[in-house]
This record gives sequence, structure tokens and C-alpha cells, in this order.
Amino acid sequence: MRYLRFLLPILLVIGWEVASWVVNNPFIVPSLETVIPILLHPFSPEYTLGTGSMVENALISIQRVGLGFLVAAVVAIPIGILMGRSAFLNDFFDSTIELLRPIPPLAWVPLALAWFKIGLTSIVFIIFIGAFFPILLNTVDGVKSVKKTWLEVATTLGAKEQQIMTKVVLPGAAPTIWTGLRVGFGIAWMCVVAAEWLPGISQGLGYLILYAYNFGQTNLIIAGMVVIGVIGLLIDFVFKHVEKRWFSWRGLER
Amino acid sequence: MPVTLVLKDLSKSFAGEGKAEVEALSHINLEVSDGEFVSILGPSGCGKTTLLRIIAGLDHATGGTILLDGNKIEGPCPRMAMIFQEYSLYPWRTVIDNIAFGLEMKGMEKQKRREMAFQFLELVGLVDFAGSYPYELSGGMRQRVAVARALAIEPQILLMDEPFGALDAQTRNMLQKELLEIWQKTRKTVIFVTHSVDEAVYLSDRVVVLTARPGTIKDMVHIDLPRPRERTGAEFARIRRYVLDHVEKTPFSSKV
Repeated sequence: MRYLRFLLPILLVIGWEVASWVVNNPFIVPSLETVIPILLHPFSPEYTLGTGSMVENALISIQRVGLGFLVAAVVAIPIGILMGRSAFLNDFFDSTIELLRPIPPLAWVPLALAWFKIGLTSIVFIIFIGAFFPILLNTVDGVKSVKKTWLEVATTLGAKEQQIMTKVVLPGAAPTIWTGLRVGFGIAWMCVVAAEWLPGISQGLGYLILYAYNFGQTNLIIAGMVVIGVIGLLIDFVFKHVEKRWFSWRGLER
Repeated sequence: MPVTLVLKDLSKSFAGEGKAEVEALSHINLEVSDGEFVSILGPSGCGKTTLLRIIAGLDHATGGTILLDGNKIEGPCPRMAMIFQEYSLYPWRTVIDNIAFGLEMKGMEKQKRREMAFQFLELVGLVDFAGSYPYELSGGMRQRVAVARALAIEPQILLMDEPFGALDAQTRNMLQKELLEIWQKTRKTVIFVTHSVDEAVYLSDRVVVLTARPGTIKDMVHIDLPRPRERTGAEFARIRRYVLDHVEKTPFSSKV
């Protein structure tokens, strides 16, 4: 059973090769021999139509996502904690959040361009929108899930307000907040591809895919998509690892 | 013995449905002596937990006062520590760090507070579990940690809210015995809330019987039996029957 997880990907790869052979059109289904070399030379600028190496593009995308994600976390977590602790603030912000949340990050693109013009700020803004809501909602949830008994124990043992926040609320809410960060990052990573299709962008994995399309290089599109998927997977793996290491107590509390 | 805790005319009302006020506690007068083991016994909903919470400073009385050694208290007090029924340990902390929590709040530095916490860990017989997490412990062990944590801040009074209520009968009996041993060793004052007549008679110097809503003291039964008490003894049965009669005779005055 341990190797079952590799079965489907392998089948899909084989299926793809067969399809490329049958369809015989590199624009629609490029063969693996045209895709693999790109992946095998991630540091070389020769395989990416002059946009810089695959790694360069990847790093730029990661930087952009990282920035947007960080801003989202820095804004959403404090608000979430306040909302979780205060019924007043919760009710105050709740309706606005529920109204804004369903608007897809991409729908903010025209507004972002109108506000911030072409450039890094617009991209970071779109990514911020993407990551903000999951982080916020999970933080509120996490803080609300802190058991009343835990708070009362702290009070009776002499903890002051600030200590209750740092020694009970935050550690108690941490696993849920972490889930919010993980989900938020996943969405932010998905947003970066679309965000890099904004005018005025000249590098990044999302940009690379679009650029490749304009030159009919579907093999480069596929290679880019594979890299996007793998990076997303690796980062999620890091999140999961931290969760296992620090938050395995969650759900077991009695 | 000098009197430690005095409850004077304590009352508590909640805003009920519509305009009707619910009187949870009505004119409670009680004096607890230093080192005494007092049980507050009553059926569910009689306000005994509310009373304990008011003493602990987690709720406020709507009438009356509480005096500790002559001084009025209105909130949580470092000379009292409370032990809850369940879900009270911090799952993200090890056993030793749970016990040391109160000391950490006081500002004691790590090495010192862990050493001190370890003493109480020994007292409850869990030295091998210092580095364990709560989810690794059984219910009975967790409650022992909760007791150690409360004792670590060296309070004068222990407030216990049906601490063994969530445990199976055998574990419960065992912990009752251990609690008495700890009590006799440390000479704390204990106010113990329970709905079990058996438990109250086994443990206490005095059983305070509370009526149902509104909560008032129906009777106080002094128990002079030496400890450890035989649950199956004749004297025990007699006292038990006496207390049970008093509990059962309390009118059930809920207006549902």
C-alpha cells in the first residue's frame, strides 16, 4: 500500500506519452522528450525562451507569494485574535468579511491596477487577498476554540490578561491558525500564476507559462506547470511536517 | 481552629428568560475553618458549582460578601486554587510544565519552577510522567496532575468542583483515598463540590447540604468518624442514610 500513491502518476505519464504519440501534435500534446529536458536543466537560461532559468523564475514567484502571504498573515492574525476574543468586534467585522470573501482574488485585478498601477504592489495585493481570508477565519476559529476551562484555570492560578493571551490563547489557537496559514499559502500560490499575467510583468512561473503559450511552446507550459505543482507540494509538505511536530496534540485533548 | 473563610449572606441571581430573574443562590451563610474538609452536596442545578465559582472569583455574587481571614475578597485570589472536573490540563504542555504553570505566572525562572513542580509531581505519585503529555495519561492521572498544579502555588484553600465526576468508580475511590492522604500531609482547607452522598461522607469533616433552586443551605452534617473511613462500616451507613434523607427531602422547586 505504501507505493500505491505512485501508481496513478506513473499511469498518467504513460498515458500522456501514448496520447502524444497518437495525437502527433506538439502544440496540443507535447511528448515527454520535449518536456523532460527543460526540467532537467532548471538552472540554464537556454530552455526558457530568454526569460531567465526555470529556477530564477521560480524564485521570483516564490518571493512574490512570500511577500503577499506575509502581509496577509501579519494583518489577518491580529484581527482574527481580536475578533475571536471580542464578540463586539466579531459582530462588527463579520458581515463585511462575509461580503468580501466570496469575491475571487482575480476579480480584484482591475481594481488593483487602478489603485497600484503596474508593478509588484498589484501582484502582492492579489496574493494578499487570496491568503487573507483563510488565515483570518481560521484564526478566529482557533481563538474561539480555546476552552473556557483553560482560561479559567489560568485566572485562578494568577495569570494576568497579557499572560493569558500569550500562554493560553495563542498556544491553544496555534494549530488552527497554522491550518489557516497552510490553506492560505496554498491559495496564495495558486493566485501567483494568475497574478503574473498582469501587464508589465516580465518574469515568474505564471508569466513563463503565458509567454510559452504566445510562442506555441506547449512543452514549456507543461514543464512550468509541473514546477508549480512540485513547489506547491513541497511547501505544503513543510507545513504538514511542522503540524506533526508541534501540533499533534490537537484533537486529542480531554 | 481559627476561621478562614466566611460567606455572609451570599446571593446570586441570573437574568432569566424574558424578565423573570432566576435566583441561583439565596442567602448563603457559611464559615469554613482552617484545615477543614467541607463538602457541598446537592442535586444537579442546585447552585453548588455557582457557589464554588463565586468563591474562586470566576463569577460575582449579586449580594453578600466573602471574607478570607477577615479581608473582603472579590476576585481570584492567590491563596485559593481551583480544580475542575475535566479538560483542564494544557495539552500543549508536558505534565511538569502544566504543574509549573502557576509558578511561571508568578515569574519564577524555569529551572527553579521545574524543581518545585517536581516536588508536587512526587506528591501525587507521577514522577515517571514528568515529560509526558496529557493525552498520554488516563483520566485519573490527569486529575492527579490537576491537583499537583493547584498545590504548586501553595494555596491555603483548595476548591474542587466534582473533580472525580468523570472517572470510573474504581479510579474515583482510589483518588478519593489519595486526596485524603495529600490533604492530611499538606493540611489545606478543602471545599469540595459533589452530588455523591457517598463521596461526601467518605471525605468530609462536614457536609453542607444545598437545596435546589434557589440554592440555600438546608443542613450541615458534622462527621466525626476517624479516617480512613470504611465505606461498608455501620457508622458510615448510618451517616450516609442520614445525609441522603436530607438531600432527598429537599423540595424540587424548579419551575419548568
